[in-house]
Amino acid sequence: MAFSSFAAFVAMGGHGPYVWAAWGVTALLMIACVWHARVERRLLIRILARRARREKMRPPQSGKVAPNPFQASQADDT
Amino acid sequence: MWTFIHKWGSPKWFYVMSAKLQPLFWMVSLLLIVTGTVWGLAFAPADYQQGDSFRIIYVHVPAAFLAQSIFVSMALASLVFVVWKIKVADMAAKVMAPLGAVMTFVALFSGAVWGVPTWGTWWMWDARLTSMLILLFLFLGVIALRGAFASRDSGSKAASVLAMVGVINIPIIKYSVDWWFTLHQPATFTLTSRPAMPTEMWLPLLVMVLGFYCFFIALTLMRTRNEILRREINKRWVMDLFQEAR
Amino acid sequence: MLNTPAQGGLWIAFKATLKRDATLMFRRRGELLNPLVFFALVVTLFPIGISPDPVVLSLIAPGLLWVTALLAALLSLDSLFRTDYDDGSLEQLLLTPQPLAALGLAKVVAHWLFTGLPLAIVAPLLGVMLALPAGSYMVLSLSLAIGSASLSLIGAIGAALTVGIARGGVLLSLLILPLYIPVLIFGVGAVQAAINGDGIAAHLAMLGALFAASLLLAPWAIAASLRISING
Repeated sequence: MAFSSFAAFVAMGGHGPYVWAAWGVTALLMIACVWHARVERRLLIRILARRARREKMRPPQSGKVAPNPFQASQADDT
Repeated sequence: MWTFIHKWGSPKWFYVMSAKLQPLFWMVSLLLIVTGTVWGLAFAPADYQQGDSFRIIYVHVPAAFLAQSIFVSMALASLVFVVWKIKVADMAAKVMAPLGAVMTFVALFSGAVWGVPTWGTWWMWDARLTSMLILLFLFLGVIALRGAFASRDSGSKAASVLAMVGVINIPIIKYSVDWWFTLHQPATFTLTSRPAMPTEMWLPLLVMVLGFYCFFIALTLMRTRNEILRREINKRWVMDLFQEAR
Repeated sequence: MLNTPAQGGLWIAFKATLKRDATLMFRRRGELLNPLVFFALVVTLFPIGISPDPVVLSLIAPGLLWVTALLAALLSLDSLFRTDYDDGSLEQLLLTPQPLAALGLAKVVAHWLFTGLPLAIVAPLLGVMLALPAGSYMVLSLSLAIGSASLSLIGAIGAALTVGIARGGVLLSLLILPLYIPVLIFGVGAVQAAINGDGIAAHLAMLGALFAASLLLAPWAIAASLRISING
């Protein structure tokens, strides 16, 4: 242990603000990266779930996936 | 060997297999980073010159290492994409770029903060900081170029070319900046070049570096999976996989 | 528009492209002057902005001249492939049987002849105005001549990548300026060394090495980028 007390640990030998700022920003940004990836994933899964629901509602269409909203003519041959 | 590469080049294979690898990397990286943090912040001895401000090294150096490695891996992925037309490689290259920019920023920020107690100023045109700044611009250029194209395919190819041009230039830039720095600042002491760091100082650093690398791999796997979903959302296998899962 | 015979060799195609570009550039003389005028104008701004004191000026003159020349060269890059892209002759260039890398190189050579070289020739004149110490004028011109060739080659990669993008100008500078830094460092280094009376051979050799490397690699990157910009 390089520090005698918790207060000394926080103070970092007088360099506390610098050390904690550098570590804090690093931790914050890394957590933000993970959080962003998780949100991204959740959104995609939500889109998928919506499509799956839609697929269940309508009769099976010769092995095709739910229509892509951007290319509407692709799967609409019922 | 070739079948191995081909398998991993298939988005479906990558998606399924990376799901198994991902938790492992997350766990290892969390373990290493927590260990390195506790060790570096609380147990490593203070530096005899810089005191406790030296503990910034445990985020500055891993971030700087990682930033450079990310650019190289991004260029390698681009090369794989351009030569073998493997789409997964392009997706990986795409998701690596923002993380690289973030890591470069972390290295710059921690370097600047470190500069206050060491140099007495927030910014010094130190060789390492200057090359880091240039690296940040290179990352931003790759991200901006990819975004500037209306068609995703052209954007991918253009970004790949730029990443490869950049990776050839990085050593040249680094060398010339080092040379420029020695010309203008005769031997002031740089942040991290010390002749012999005692073991109890560099061991936590090594742990942190490895932890950051694992973090990079884990995050890249995760975001490449997202990218696969985004691009292949109309494919049958995605829906099958999704319905199997619930 | 190309005077190339149907079965022309590589050298003939190279010369034809070069000649065509030179003719086109010569017809737009006004545009050709732009980088030079920009160079002179920006150089004028510095004594006004900083100080007219010759001592101060002579201190910053090498870097200032180099940076300004670099920006002037950058300014002219956007139009390197733009007009050919707009009128479709770039597509014709892609269709020729000769390797695109060589034809792209011809265009870069033309660009350098009409921007880099004039900048290098004019630079000593502006050096006088900035009280550049005697004995460094030749080196300034020489370093700019070699350096701007590398700048044209590297810059053409960025110009080729952004030619298909509507407002590629700002993006172009973001892509290219970081890659210009080594050239700037050794170019200014050469002039600085000449002022200090140190040997300039090392700097010029480094500039030459950068030029050789970019001459070897850039044409391929230019060709690949042009294909991406046109074929997608």
